[in-house]
Amino acid sequence: MSRGFLESTTVGFARALTRTMLSEQTARERGLLQALDPRVRVVGLFALVLAVTLSRRIGVVAALFATAVLIALLSRVSLLTLAKRVWLIVLGFTGVIALPALFTTPGRTVTAVVGLAITEQGLRTASLLILRVETAVTFTTLLILCTPWVQVLKALRALRLPKEVVMMLAMTYRYVFLLVETAAQMFESRRSRTVGVLKASEQRHLAGSTAGVLLSKSVALSNDVYSAMQSRGFRGDVQILSDFRMTSWDYIGLLAFLLVGGLAVWMGR
Amino acid sequence: MSALFELREVSFDYDGVGALRGLSLDISLGERLVLLGANGSGKSTLLRLLDALCFPSKGLISFDGNALTSDRLQDDNFALPFRRRVALVFQNPDVQLFNPTVFDEVAFGPLQLQWPKEQLLSRVNETMEWMGIAHLRDRPPYRLSGGEKKRVALASVVVLDPDVLLLDEPTATLDPRSQSQVIDLIQEWKGSEKTVITATHQLEIVEDIADRIVVLEAGLMRANGTVADILYDHELLLRANLVHAHRHTHGSVTHSHPHLHSHSKHEH
Repeated sequence: MSRGFLESTTVGFARALTRTMLSEQTARERGLLQALDPRVRVVGLFALVLAVTLSRRIGVVAALFATAVLIALLSRVSLLTLAKRVWLIVLGFTGVIALPALFTTPGRTVTAVVGLAITEQGLRTASLLILRVETAVTFTTLLILCTPWVQVLKALRALRLPKEVVMMLAMTYRYVFLLVETAAQMFESRRSRTVGVLKASEQRHLAGSTAGVLLSKSVALSNDVYSAMQSRGFRGDVQILSDFRMTSWDYIGLLAFLLVGGLAVWMGR
Repeated sequence: MSALFELREVSFDYDGVGALRGLSLDISLGERLVLLGANGSGKSTLLRLLDALCFPSKGLISFDGNALTSDRLQDDNFALPFRRRVALVFQNPDVQLFNPTVFDEVAFGPLQLQWPKEQLLSRVNETMEWMGIAHLRDRPPYRLSGGEKKRVALASVVVLDPDVLLLDEPTATLDPRSQSQVIDLIQEWKGSEKTVITATHQLEIVEDIADRIVVLEAGLMRANGTVADILYDHELLLRANLVHAHRHTHGSVTHSHPHLHSHSKHEH
């Protein structure tokens, strides 16, 4: 029996999550970003993402992209990984969105494709959009690749994000693995007991019932987890330990991030 | 020994289905009690009642002379010391291990009880060393083996140095080595003032962890006695679905008898 869309998606999701776990390997490398305090990484890279979105000049955004590549190299992040997991995918998705701009933006005609004129301004707008998204996503990916999720959460908490939100993110990350694994096992178990090809309506019925069972399981799990939290003294107000210490290098790093970001915004006006 | 927990005519229903019926029991300070019963006998429900995670539909449970009620558990002055003194290790470690790293997991309880940072750090590190999980400190719990998860779950409650340890099937699904490690930890943890209440259906671990056994069957207490009284009452064990009739052949003769695997002996 071949895998249905839902099953393939679930298995693919499970594999993606496994890759996410493996990517924590990069976070343990000795590189530029890894050496900085997680709060500096979060604030610094967020400042650069902000600078990307505020810059209107393609040259400035390209310089920021070059900065992202430099940071990746200094942080021992493989450019091949970035190309496969970020640049190509972003190019595909953003390209589709940016495509109409090539033809619909009024301006000087550069060339024509199947009778449709491509304008210089359209080309510039589409390039700026793609480059902006590529750069912003690269900075975000660098943060994720070079910082274990736990430290990102702690940094967010240290930066005064409400602790309920931090706890919610932490638990979502924790249990999404378990639920996806359960879903994949349910599909495998079903496949092992299914002979022949199921009709589309039967497949829909099975997919629906599987989703229902998974929902019931997740509700039961969340009740049990809440009991386990209560049992260890949780009273509705989460207490989180923050043990970060800023060194002079962290301050220098933060200053460098803010300077580059500020300069990019000023030059890209 | 004075009674730490007193249960009087305790019943509990799940949506109209009786999980426990008219249970009366005293549990003393320093006692090692095993709740023995087959699946669905009400063991886990009783542990949750003792940990005040749910409350009886009928009857009364008191701890150290105080009735365990929903209202009383709303009061921080009662709830926080109670949570420190009574700790539950859940059967499914995935339920208990909800933090991003092993360190956060062990530190969760002390943090919620607002221990001073220095005391918290030293106690958490000390507990992780003692439980042999210090090397797992920064690992996410979902990447641990079954035995490691169980040890982290135990550490996450033992760190509070509770007076009462409630254990729900602590060795179920573990391989023999992990099972033996968990039993060793339970034995090492005991002290004259520590009470250990273990729910299990595994007869082979009972002798190692019990002074007294309560047998539950379909929500009713069927027996309450010493290890020797209960483990050698084969009829009782058969009735409670804890042993099965074992049929085998010696030469040309086929016979059957209750099958009991005890830790120290293999009886036929």
